[in-house]
Amino acid sequence: MARILPPTTALTQPYWEGCKAGELKLQRCNACNKCQFYPRNICCHCSATSLKWIKASGEATVASFTVVRRGISEAYPAPYIVALVDLAEGPRMMSNIIDAEPEQVSVGAALTVDFNAWSEDIDLPVFRLSDKGGSA
Amino acid sequence: MTSKCLRGEVAIVGAADTAVGKLPGRTPAELCVEAALAAMADAGIDKSGVDGLVTCNAMAQPMLYHAEAIAEYLQVFPRYCISVGAGGGTTFSILHHAASAIVTGMADVILISMADSMRTGLTREQAMLAQSSTGHPQFEQPYGPTVPAYYALIAQAHMARYGTTRSQFAEIAVGARAWAARNPAAQMRDPITVEDVLASRMIADPLHLLDCSLVSDGGSAIIITSAERARDFPHKPVYLLGAGEGHSHEHISQARNLTTSAARESGARAYAMAGVGPGDMDLAQLYDCFTPTVLVELEDLGFCDKGEGGAFAESGALLPGGSLPVNTHGGLLSHSHPGNPGSMFALTESVWQLRHTAGERQVADAELALVHAQGGIMSSHTTLILGRDR
Repeated sequence: MARILPPTTALTQPYWEGCKAGELKLQRCNACNKCQFYPRNICCHCSATSLKWIKASGEATVASFTVVRRGISEAYPAPYIVALVDLAEGPRMMSNIIDAEPEQVSVGAALTVDFNAWSEDIDLPVFRLSDKGGSA
Repeated sequence: MTSKCLRGEVAIVGAADTAVGKLPGRTPAELCVEAALAAMADAGIDKSGVDGLVTCNAMAQPMLYHAEAIAEYLQVFPRYCISVGAGGGTTFSILHHAASAIVTGMADVILISMADSMRTGLTREQAMLAQSSTGHPQFEQPYGPTVPAYYALIAQAHMARYGTTRSQFAEIAVGARAWAARNPAAQMRDPITVEDVLASRMIADPLHLLDCSLVSDGGSAIIITSAERARDFPHKPVYLLGAGEGHSHEHISQARNLTTSAARESGARAYAMAGVGPGDMDLAQLYDCFTPTVLVELEDLGFCDKGEGGAFAESGALLPGGSLPVNTHGGLLSHSHPGNPGSMFALTESVWQLRHTAGERQVADAELALVHAQGGIMSSHTTLILGRDR
């Protein structure tokens, strides 16, 4: 089984283009000014339909994490870390924490975004522990 | 309040399980029909006495129109016929809806029957595919989360916030096995200790193999009717006194809160309808796909304070002879877990507990039982309160 590829849509294209360019992009509502993830055609906070893409800082903290010891397929060699990360801009997203030993990771630890070449077209946003240095 | 009209209006008059575990060579449809016929026999009726049918689809044998397929197989011609899918929460959500159908006159006697063959009916590839499909296709699945991993995220957050320990999660698995040891129908009956749980293979930190539910084949069915009609059936009716639902998200990365679930809302709604509280329950059947699920439910359903679930489990309260017997059949952890039908077995067990026919695992003088299930990743919650009296 191959790596699972995200089925991108027209709406999420700017997000994936951002990843390809090394930028984590989020939607910010023009009405209430809050950010959201995942991308939607409305603001999930106030239902306004006017949204703009912003470049996120790439800074985040660990909300929770787990070390997957039995991978979902051969394309996912275990162990690997699946985490929920709270972005500095507010929204939470799922990601992987890469280049870290499980015992180095804790809830609340600071993270910085990086991008993992996933396929010819897709770079996947992943995170590293901040004190281990920034982007690769 | 419209929510008051269901209280005491509907009763369970038939209940039956098939065998569980490894049942090779038998399709989910066959198991579904077997459970259905056994529940009808328990209710003392034949298929002519059923005018409503509810099923859920089987992963090992998906059908386009599942309830119609089972009706056709049985050659029944109901006036209320629906297949429902809401993950692990399916069973009790169905009962909530079917009870409403009885009260509004959509049907008089409804058969709810479900089965699946998760153990022998799926290849490993199919099972892994089904597992990966639970995540958000674009924003979760590519990262490779497994189903245990989702619940591990909840467990880890609870540990970080409240100081809950792996041993406390393990106590829940130990309790389930202690009950299963008293249930000849359970799939896993050899007693285990906290040390056994902690020594079992790590699946997704902090969850060990024995923190995870079983994978099973099996089916189960119940029959419901109005409280008035219920008096004409052979067994003492078990009344639906309260029902409530709470729905908070589909994907765990979108959950409002990792450590407090919509069980808080479903429970509050069910208690309000029934006019009782957690302290009135003689037993509780709590969805236990993984040990942390039970711990969060204990807190959110008010059996202990928020953050105290670990200490509560450690106190022995959930065990045979404890103050709150939980999952008296052995639960998904030790009785069986054939997928979406899994919590049906908690429902049939509750019927037997309230009929006082649960044998060696009978909770003395049980009058009120709370049953709770959730589907997705702590996503959709249904709480039911069942009683011996209206």
